[in-house]
Amino acid sequence: MASLDRSEVARLAALARIDLDDCDLDRLAGQLSAIVDAVAKVQEVATPEIPATSHPILMSNVFRPDVVLPSLTQGDALAGAPAAEDGRFRVPQILGED
Amino acid sequence: MRDLNRLTAQALVDAFASGKTTSVKATEAALDRIGHVDGEVHAFLHVDAEGALKTAEAVDRDREAGKPLPPLAGVPIAVKDVLVTKGLPTTAGSRILEGWIPPYDATVVERLKAARLPIIGKTNMDEFAMGSSTEHSGYGPTRNPWDLERIPGGSGGGSAAALAAFEVPLAIGSDTGGSIRQPAAVTGTVGVKPTYGAVSRYGVIALASSLDQVGPCARTVHDTALLHEVIAGHDPRDATSLPGSAPKIVAAATRGREDGLEGTKIGVIKELMGKGFQRGVSHRFEEAVHQLKSVGATVTEVSCPSFDYALAAYYLILPSEASSNLAKYDSVRFGLRVDDGGTIERVMGATRAAGFGDEVKRRIILGTYALSAGYYDAYYGSAQKVRTLIQRDFAEAFGSVDVLVSPTCPTTAFRLGEQIDDPLTMYLNDIATIPANLAGIPGMSLPIGLAPEDGLPVGLQILAPAKADDRLYRVGAALEGALVDLWSGTLTTQAPPLEGAKA
Repeated sequence: MASLDRSEVARLAALARIDLDDCDLDRLAGQLSAIVDAVAKVQEVATPEIPATSHPILMSNVFRPDVVLPSLTQGDALAGAPAAEDGRFRVPQILGED
Repeated sequence: MRDLNRLTAQALVDAFASGKTTSVKATEAALDRIGHVDGEVHAFLHVDAEGALKTAEAVDRDREAGKPLPPLAGVPIAVKDVLVTKGLPTTAGSRILEGWIPPYDATVVERLKAARLPIIGKTNMDEFAMGSSTEHSGYGPTRNPWDLERIPGGSGGGSAAALAAFEVPLAIGSDTGGSIRQPAAVTGTVGVKPTYGAVSRYGVIALASSLDQVGPCARTVHDTALLHEVIAGHDPRDATSLPGSAPKIVAAATRGREDGLEGTKIGVIKELMGKGFQRGVSHRFEEAVHQLKSVGATVTEVSCPSFDYALAAYYLILPSEASSNLAKYDSVRFGLRVDDGGTIERVMGATRAAGFGDEVKRRIILGTYALSAGYYDAYYGSAQKVRTLIQRDFAEAFGSVDVLVSPTCPTTAFRLGEQIDDPLTMYLNDIATIPANLAGIPGMSLPIGLAPEDGLPVGLQILAPAKADDRLYRVGAALEGALVDLWSGTLTTQAPPLEGAKA
């Protein structure tokens, strides 16, 4: 299995919305390659007949009574926001100029 | 009374009941101790003297008035900073949440308040619980009270160090791959990761949702049991919370201490011994196994061959889940925003670059890779199959024994800085603790002595089948009883005094 190279790390970081500079990319690419090589070991024993486990203790259809419970007030919900306006979260512009 | 900080929670409860001391005195003593030694230890990210004393005063008033009180009322406690606390700063050790004041309490915090324990403060941790040393905290590392140049374990190093430094008798931790048990082992304290779902995770800042579990930490098995009973139980606000009643934990601890382990079958895990384990760790472990036999247990060796793949599976599953869980730190609803006037995509990239530390970035990128199209089956899918194999190993082992034991971690506390630049070496610290999280089963670490070569604490891990958390306490209390008799006191009493305390 191919290790992670610098350009792949840059692509993944962009997907994960983390800006990395050249210095970060050099360091992380080396470390992540070593980690990926080590964890690829799982493929040695993961044969087709083994079912996957997504959750340690399976439960299904977890319901609660359909009743209205108190929730955060608008003020509480906005209290930790970096910016708010008119009782709403204020966000930077979504679309660029071009 | 003499040094209140050195008393167990049970001894404090008894002293409150007999009128020898008060909750206010115990809380003030804890705050004084923190003032003296936490400059060196740095177990706390935030101390709430006012809130803790207010709770203590109310408990003392009610006791005076003869009102009924819950069993641990008035005993000071520390809470890992991964649990949200209404009105108290909560950061999960990350700069991205610096200054955030949650608008609600985690269910576990609500339970502590209902049980009327003064919450002394929030403890330091590796950022978002990613790490085994607290060196990945965005606010500087915690130091091990046994040797200030060494790590206290992680991610819950703050909670474990607060106990070992006699700052508090009780603490809350969280364990995703060993973050309660490994810090307990390297600080000579006790910590339990309950069965997955046994303790509510509502209001616990998520790392890897299929692995995370909150649990109790203390200096003795009995104190840990008392706290376990306060926090365990079904919570309708957590869809993974186990329905039904929790096992009787305190009674199990009492039974273990009084009756020993006659008839109990214990398995030693072959794959978690020998190669890769420090000599003094193996030495103390073998001695402890003899102690278990001396209190009546039958000990056999069992094999769990898939454990050799547990670490690899864990470092695919955890980053995958973490990369998704940490997407919420997007500069919109809470936490940091680095705004350069550009589009939100630019702002998110700059915010997450500035707010996350290196280990968090590594794991998010690794998880993004493992989940990406073309790699999903090879990595995440394969890791989930290994998870099945680990569960089968445990099922087979528990078919022939009641509990399993191993050393909690391969070495004693290493030096600060020693492994910080080598993530893979750091990950190996959790080799013995990770299988329990993958399978959802409960585990305990308790101190079994000091390694002869460096004089640092060694821990023994006990593992039990899912929902049989009570077995950890029965076996743990029996072993602890034998060892405490041998040492004439708990292991933490052998810890060197901290400089601050001498002054």
